[in-house]
Amino acid sequence: MSIDINIDAAELAARLGKSVADRTAIEQLSDEFPGLDLAAGYAVQRVLREGAGPLVGWKLGVTSRAKQAQVGVTSPIYGFLPGTAVLDVGAPLDTSALIQPRCEPEIVFVMGRDLAGPHVTATDVLAASAGVAVGIEVLDSRYRDYRFTMADVVADNTSAGRFVVGTPVSPTGIDLRLVGVVFEKNGEVVATASGAASLGHPASAVAWMVRTMAADGDGLRAGDVVLSGGLTAAVPVGPGDVVVASIDRLGTLELGCK
Amino acid sequence: MTVTDAPALARALYEARRTRVPIPPLTDADPTLGLADGYAVQQELVALLLADGDRVVGHKVGLTSAAMQRMVGVDSPDFGPVLASTVYRDGDVVPLDRFIAPKIEAEIVMVLGERLEGPGVTVTRARSAIAGAVAGMEIVDSRIADWRIKLADTVADLASNGAMATSSRVVPIDGVDTRLIGMTITRNGELVDTAAGAAALGDPVAVVAWIANVLGESGVALEPGHLIMTGALHAAVPMTAGDVFRAEFDRLGPITVRVG
Repeated sequence: MSIDINIDAAELAARLGKSVADRTAIEQLSDEFPGLDLAAGYAVQRVLREGAGPLVGWKLGVTSRAKQAQVGVTSPIYGFLPGTAVLDVGAPLDTSALIQPRCEPEIVFVMGRDLAGPHVTATDVLAASAGVAVGIEVLDSRYRDYRFTMADVVADNTSAGRFVVGTPVSPTGIDLRLVGVVFEKNGEVVATASGAASLGHPASAVAWMVRTMAADGDGLRAGDVVLSGGLTAAVPVGPGDVVVASIDRLGTLELGCK
Repeated sequence: MTVTDAPALARALYEARRTRVPIPPLTDADPTLGLADGYAVQQELVALLLADGDRVVGHKVGLTSAAMQRMVGVDSPDFGPVLASTVYRDGDVVPLDRFIAPKIEAEIVMVLGERLEGPGVTVTRARSAIAGAVAGMEIVDSRIADWRIKLADTVADLASNGAMATSSRVVPIDGVDTRLIGMTITRNGELVDTAAGAAALGDPVAVVAWIANVLGESGVALEPGHLIMTGALHAAVPMTAGDVFRAEFDRLGPITVRVG
């Protein structure tokens, strides 16, 4: 893929960075830069990544049918997780630090060893994982009302905001495709799913990412956490809200918002 | 006070079932028809079907999700009988021409081990009366043209039940968090939807308690061996001849329905 010479990845990254700093949404970049394609989007994301400090892992986006329907696309995307995005278990989410936070339940992989290459399979992902855990991702699109093209959202690091990960358990003997997922907000069930909601199997979603990132020479490292994709539609949250993600065999994780 | 001519409306639905020719919504002719009217018609309709030799082998509970309740404008589930003539096995071919406008949905089906009679049935009491769960699929159908149903229409029409299929392995639910039983449904091998047990009224066991308490008001008990269909876990999927639907439940196993 060639990159539109009119698109200055550093300038676009700076606009997104300013949106984060100002806590103010911007219009989707593709409005002003119609030439912004997926490759250019990843180039912008790379600029953000280089300025983000130490990374703790990676995340997939747009892996569930619900999410694909929500944003009108058909294939997944990926982004990075900076250390500054981590929430401790039990600590509240400070919504005032974010623009328009939305939460979703995810299955999280914790890598036990490095994994890279263009032919990585779901089996490889499971074999290389030290554990799997319940996670809640807090999305925070820098684009007004989450209005974006695929290239826009890739540039915006796939709407990554914050995330929290529960206690990992061994993936051995767990069929992650079938584990039930229940997502509650303020005591009410807002959505249910099973692990298959992420690309048919969460490990398949991670394998897709590893194969895709291999083209840029990137890969997973031991200790990396990987958010394998939202399993339900994302739920908006504000001060006082509490969301709870329960995943059969993995556990339950609660996130309060202030 | 019910003003319905329940026997006549039941007869119209009975004929629609027999001929596969749908009828206009009962609520078109009488917009005042409500829940009680719906159940009055249902009772008459069931009497006609039992007179033909059919048998009640359980109950279906519908409108168990908040989304469905909003759509029909109610805040509680509805129910209807499961008739012996409508029960299929895992792997059976379900003939499309038996129905009018069928759709399929995956459900957890509870099998009663003990008699359970409301009122006053708690979820813990319900749980102890349940022998176990099986994987199930319900074929919903409407004898009302184009599914233009209001609450009274669907209630009168046996809660839009068409047929059901279940697996045969009754899995005890002791120690199982039924809220968290995961489910995938595929059509012709392609993933259509996923869900978990909590999609049915927060917990499929709570559905059994609910139906026991509601039927208990009329002195009707759930009997040992009765099948309780606890409600769709996902949006119903239209069926086409030749389709193969497969729902797989964590802990309960799969169920396949082939559409003939």
